Amino acid sequence: MCSFALQKLEMKEVFITETNCITPLGFDVKSNTEAILRGDSGIQLHEDLSLMPMPFYASVINTEKLNRAFEKISTDKKYSRLEKMMILALEPIIKNSGIELNSKTAFILSTTKGNVTALKEDSEESFNNAHLDVLAKNVSDFFGFQTQPIVVSNACVSGILAVSVAKRLIQSELYDNAFVIAGDEVSEFVLSGFNAFQAMSDLPCKPYSKNRTGVSLGEATAAVLVSAAATNAKVKVIGDSSINDANHISGPSRTGEGLYRSIQNALKEAQIEVDKIDYISAHGTATPFNDEMEAIALNRLGLQNVPINSLKGFYGHTLGASGLLETVISIESANQNLLFESKGFDEIGVSETINVIDKNEERNIDYFLKTASGFGGCNTAVVFEKVKHELH
Amino acid sequence: MTQKTNIQSYITIQNNEIVLNGTSVFKIEPTDFADFSKQAYRNFDVQYPKFFKMDALSKLAFLGAELLLSPITSGEQENNIALVLANKSSSLDTDVKYQESISDQENYFPSPAVFVYTLPNICLGEISIRHQLKSENSFFIFDAFNTEFMSNYSNILLNSNKADVVLCGWVEFFNDDYKAFLCTISKEESTKYTNETINTLYNQ
Repeated sequence: MCSFALQKLEMKEVFITETNCITPLGFDVKSNTEAILRGDSGIQLHEDLSLMPMPFYASVINTEKLNRAFEKISTDKKYSRLEKMMILALEPIIKNSGIELNSKTAFILSTTKGNVTALKEDSEESFNNAHLDVLAKNVSDFFGFQTQPIVVSNACVSGILAVSVAKRLIQSELYDNAFVIAGDEVSEFVLSGFNAFQAMSDLPCKPYSKNRTGVSLGEATAAVLVSAAATNAKVKVIGDSSINDANHISGPSRTGEGLYRSIQNALKEAQIEVDKIDYISAHGTATPFNDEMEAIALNRLGLQNVPINSLKGFYGHTLGASGLLETVISIESANQNLLFESKGFDEIGVSETINVIDKNEERNIDYFLKTASGFGGCNTAVVFEKVKHELH
Repeated sequence: MTQKTNIQSYITIQNNEIVLNGTSVFKIEPTDFADFSKQAYRNFDVQYPKFFKMDALSKLAFLGAELLLSPITSGEQENNIALVLANKSSSLDTDVKYQESISDQENYFPSPAVFVYTLPNICLGEISIRHQLKSENSFFIFDAFNTEFMSNYSNILLNSNKADVVLCGWVEFFNDDYKAFLCTISKEESTKYTNETINTLYNQ
């Protein structure tokens, strides 16, 4: 009995086996990576008085294109724009996986603001739709999930934190599979808020660059299947951590303490040294403080020479969706052994050196790190290991 | 494989009353939450002026955390206390106020100080700053307090050694309607609550 109790707790392996995304660059992963390789960006100048009193740069999905794609899978008119984006991201991976939506299949939805645009309309029904549990139920019921939706709303780390939550739930054997969706929309609500913070860039955002002046906002959804089964696995989730800065609610810690500790813990759990990391998909919002904080945290960890990018130059800051969208793209990067350029980068503009990827480049990627940070002082780091499939 | 965890302390805040470990510690005549929270703050002599800048959801979570964590945290050592909170209305109470500030083109005054509270996890940040918790934190949304999930998730953090203690609970606030239920959970033996679960204590 004693020896049993003292046995080392062997953690169950957890994989990502399916991915998808809906973005201004494309409605599947393939079209997104092709656009990235061409150097296309979803960020464009918009003049829309219903969103902002002045012109603004943002990465926005064409609504007509979205509706046309949605009509192919459903004629139901009741879904909001964001719900359509989420359903479109999930639909092919649920179908492909063939997984039964039973009591061992979790549904995790992550978002920062969900259907906040519903608040513009002054009706009880519309107000009800602004609730995140209602959003989750609408999407969940479309597919017929049997388990209660789990909503993660932790500012801009939501999407990557949801992967971490899925991994933990599967490791504890509560579920065998978890479909994770992350999504956020460009709205008047969020645009006005970032603008009030003077955090918006007057040109397409330039992460880590000397002349960066702030974020470009964006919208997207991304979906993954996190599974205990290795069949068709793309990557293994080998370490994760989400540590708060305990410093400020609307600005990052100057020492990058929370991010530093999150990465340190995630590497420790993964049982790998920093020199094993081949690539970092970072947060890089292009605000002066965020990018500086990341450079400091990475230097404290000895990760300053590892190739790093921010995908915000392609997609803008898609808030809660960003962590999962960038994970989906990084998985492609690893599987194709290709480092994608950090779009918008020119001259280094952080005080400590980091190795920003300035052009697409072939490179063997076995281990990579995804990080994100957000309001409320939150940070998340997840370490992934590429799963190599033997050729038969 | 996994070790048993135990509830160490719990607190409920609702209907102008604060009940700590089953004992009423503060109760006043019916009033609004702004007044109730201010009186509670004074009653417990909190001394943290930042409290008055917080939105209602953060004040509610902060007060509950204050009474549970102050006795067990110290500035001298690291406290690996994870925060796992949930509610139904997210930050909608503040979202609605913020939306009002941008709805009228003539009266367009988006305030950064209000905008920052349009995220439910800001209350986790406030608690982390107050008690210097550089620890795991996550905010979940459910249509009702999912005690099973919250208890499972807390146990995962404890059993995987990601946290020594978890402050877990429900903090719901909308339009002056509020209820907070928070508890501390750890692997330590509990003399007070051996069979109680989040579910039985929440529904008391």
